[in-house]
Amino acid sequence: MELNSITYSKARLRRRKFVNALMLSLCVVSALITIIPLIYIFFYTTGAGLSSLNLDFFTELPKPVGEEGGGMANAIVGTLILIGIGSVIGIPIGIMSGIYVAEYSKQLFANIIKFLTDVLTGIPSIIIGIFVYGIIVLPMKKFSALAGGVALGILMIPTITRITEEMFKLVPMSLREASLALGVSRWRTTVSIVLRTALSGIITGILLAIARAAGETAPLLFTAFGNSFWSSSLDEPISSIPVQIFNYAISPYEQWHNKAWAGAFILILLVFVINLIVRIITRQKYENTV
Amino acid sequence: MILKFNKSKSNQDVELKVKSRLPDIIFKNVTLIFAFIIIFLVLWIIYELYKDAEPSRDRFGWSFIFNEEWEPLKEKYGALTFIYGTVVSSIIALLISLPVSLGVAIFLSEIAHRYIKTTFSFLIEILAAIPSIIYGFWGIFVFATFMRNTVQPFLQSTLGFLPFFKGTNYGYGMLTAGIILAIMITPIITAISRDVLKVIPQSQREAAYALGATRWEAIKMALLNAKSGILGAVVLGLGRAIGETMAVTMVIGNRAQIKASILEPAYTMASVIANEFAEASGSLHISALIEVGLILFIVTFIINSFARLLIFSATRKYDVK
Amino acid sequence: MKYLVIFLAAFSLIFASCGKKGGTGTNEVSLNGAGASFPFPIYSKWFGEYQKINKEIKINYQSIGSGGGIKQLTEGTVDFGGTDSPMKTEELSAAESKNQSKVIHIPTVIGAVVITYNLPGVEKDLNFTSDIIAEIYLGKIKKWNDNKIKSINSDAELPDKDIVPVHRTDGSGTTYVFTDYLSKTNEEWKTGPGVGKEVKFPVGQGAKGNEGVTGQVKNLEYSLGYVELVYALQNNLKYANIKNENGDFVKPTLESVTKAAEVMADQMPENLTLSITNAKGPGAYPISSYTYIIFFENQKDEAKGKALKNFLKWALTEGGKYALELGYSPLPKSVVEKSIEKLEIMNFNGKPL
Repeated sequence: MELNSITYSKARLRRRKFVNALMLSLCVVSALITIIPLIYIFFYTTGAGLSSLNLDFFTELPKPVGEEGGGMANAIVGTLILIGIGSVIGIPIGIMSGIYVAEYSKQLFANIIKFLTDVLTGIPSIIIGIFVYGIIVLPMKKFSALAGGVALGILMIPTITRITEEMFKLVPMSLREASLALGVSRWRTTVSIVLRTALSGIITGILLAIARAAGETAPLLFTAFGNSFWSSSLDEPISSIPVQIFNYAISPYEQWHNKAWAGAFILILLVFVINLIVRIITRQKYENTV
Repeated sequence: MILKFNKSKSNQDVELKVKSRLPDIIFKNVTLIFAFIIIFLVLWIIYELYKDAEPSRDRFGWSFIFNEEWEPLKEKYGALTFIYGTVVSSIIALLISLPVSLGVAIFLSEIAHRYIKTTFSFLIEILAAIPSIIYGFWGIFVFATFMRNTVQPFLQSTLGFLPFFKGTNYGYGMLTAGIILAIMITPIITAISRDVLKVIPQSQREAAYALGATRWEAIKMALLNAKSGILGAVVLGLGRAIGETMAVTMVIGNRAQIKASILEPAYTMASVIANEFAEASGSLHISALIEVGLILFIVTFIINSFARLLIFSATRKYDVK
Repeated sequence: MKYLVIFLAAFSLIFASCGKKGGTGTNEVSLNGAGASFPFPIYSKWFGEYQKINKEIKINYQSIGSGGGIKQLTEGTVDFGGTDSPMKTEELSAAESKNQSKVIHIPTVIGAVVITYNLPGVEKDLNFTSDIIAEIYLGKIKKWNDNKIKSINSDAELPDKDIVPVHRTDGSGTTYVFTDYLSKTNEEWKTGPGVGKEVKFPVGQGAKGNEGVTGQVKNLEYSLGYVELVYALQNNLKYANIKNENGDFVKPTLESVTKAAEVMADQMPENLTLSITNAKGPGAYPISSYTYIIFFENQKDEAKGKALKNFLKWALTEGGKYALELGYSPLPKSVVEKSIEKLEIMNFNGKPL
């Protein structure tokens, strides 16, 4: 009898060990699979665009076909401005509403807001563009950087809200309790203790939101429009990298196709740099939570 | 200051009843206002869509959802083929992406050494930064050809007896779009799942090891604990898949049809809007497109509820308290 | 937290300062236009060249599609639009009533739709007729070595393979011109799929944009598609000679396209819009079409109106040479003259500009 149970548990142990090894190696395999398309796309983009990448690209305005030089300077600045406006709208709304749902609301209300946020994520960006066109561009009778920024901001909100809420929920209750026990007021607890702890994760969310917003073409076509020149104010059309890429890519000319790939490379680089800067800044202060 | 606990079901439901002072009340209401902005925004968008879809709604009523015909010249519009395309392509994307993303997230948070972890994390974030149109162009120039010449013939020769893999092999179709979507949503699900897993306290895993668990079993525990966060990641990824426009439009073949085979071309709601909106003439055409947008909204509602239900019921038996 | 705030502050500083960048010069006039993507390259060349002579005039154009161009002109968000097909009656009445002014169409360049194909092993340019093309896209002619194709291409070694027709999935002027031609020449097409910026193609694969069709045909053997001439030229694609009403098999070239406009120039009506598909005349390529710039007769801003008028005058007289370089066919002389005349009715508050 005893012999049987020992062999049984030995067999079971072997099986569990096998499953363990299998699953762990699958995880490593997944990581490798994911990297493959990344490297492929990255090298493809770089290879196709590198020939067009020179100093002109970063400093000059776009030039017509057949002319030497010409660049995306206004598009790069345009994208930064549009992300900036989008962030000013998206980050506060996202974080604050995420805090509300995580810290203060009752169950039902929280679920309603979460649900609506999820739905907001799924709206195609072109519809958001059409929406902002209707509420800003038409009344103003002009395309503007402002409209474009608002469209991007709306795109950013749901990601940031969701992540803020999830990260807040993961902060252990004991942290809040300790802070309150020490006499810190509720709101101060939320901001200085909980928010700080969750910050690294929230930053991930913000960076993901920025990455998405930076690469969107469709919503900008009907709001920020596009500009071959520098914009002199926020209520004028403004250029942006994805729109410029789009214009180059749908043309017949190989020269412009190369510029499109170069633009793509720059966009990826831009988002990467933003990621890097923000991570470095926050890592310095919050070493242990990274 | 009085501290009262109402311990209900889980850790998260502990209510802190703290006697509030003015700054607390102000702060709470400020966050409430922001939360309201979201509700307001969503309702406003629904309202605008509903309003602009009026000519189409009046004309077709409920049959719009069930009609397969979409012919601008004959002024006949029906959204069924697009609904099918969106739902199926998103499901394919999720089925492929979820296990892979979780695998990578586990790799990053549990297995990898520090330097590999940092490099890999950055690489994943770059994947998220690649603009949608680039995925589209890469899809046209590279991936679709690969699917047509390599992958799909292989699938047809091995699994061709299934209705899912019959039919002509163009390279542009539901499966190709689904895979590209999967690549696009993986970084989102991975990054968030990784962050969520990181925060699960080490003591959890240590307790599991103390009881004799293998590495994988300890990870399983952590996963179940993180299920809410992972669900959040999935929902965000899913949302992105449903609403993704440019990349899908370029590789899905854009044929309004419902076929069992996933090798066949299809058409999604976002794609038809992107393809036809700029050139749409006539208020009926435009309002039909907007109505498709409205239905997309509703489909997102439904898919989201379904996803939540599915994940919660599947993990309910493993609920760790 | 502090750093985030600093970061955001830095951002706001950036765009506050960008608000001051550039700044409006004293005489600077900015025009915004939107519309068809087909002529975007030549327009951008024109805007650039014009700006060299007139530094204060900045013209900005965005490719959002002909339909988009018409809509934005109607809504008043742009100063002019670009469209491949003339505005329809309903569109005209909507625009004119909303803006209290008639709409003027000015033709700018001529484009052509070519039948491009990927046929490995066949070096010679193939000949097609409109009936053959229609039947391919209707699914009635299925193979490359079909007798109908063989009969007019006796010296080509046509393989026994299926033809894969490629068509556009997005609404486009190119599809409009293509289907317009097929409807004029083939009864079954006319009663079937018909004419339009998008139609229901019974068979074939769909691709997005001229560049999408180009890409598919390039990568898919035995496929066939319709694209604007400039795309075929720039991408070294093979394209077919089409039999025109005169009985000649005409090769699509920049010259044969202008020829099509020339042989029909005396039919140009007062409103300067004309369909020139199926033009009858020696050497005229039958699938050609004008593209137009549209704007209002009564301009709302004097400086902008003047700038637009002077630019168009320049484009009509000087622009033709740049068109050829870039792969667009210039207008025939008589059309240029009529268009310049038309510009004279542009006015501001009743005063001519």
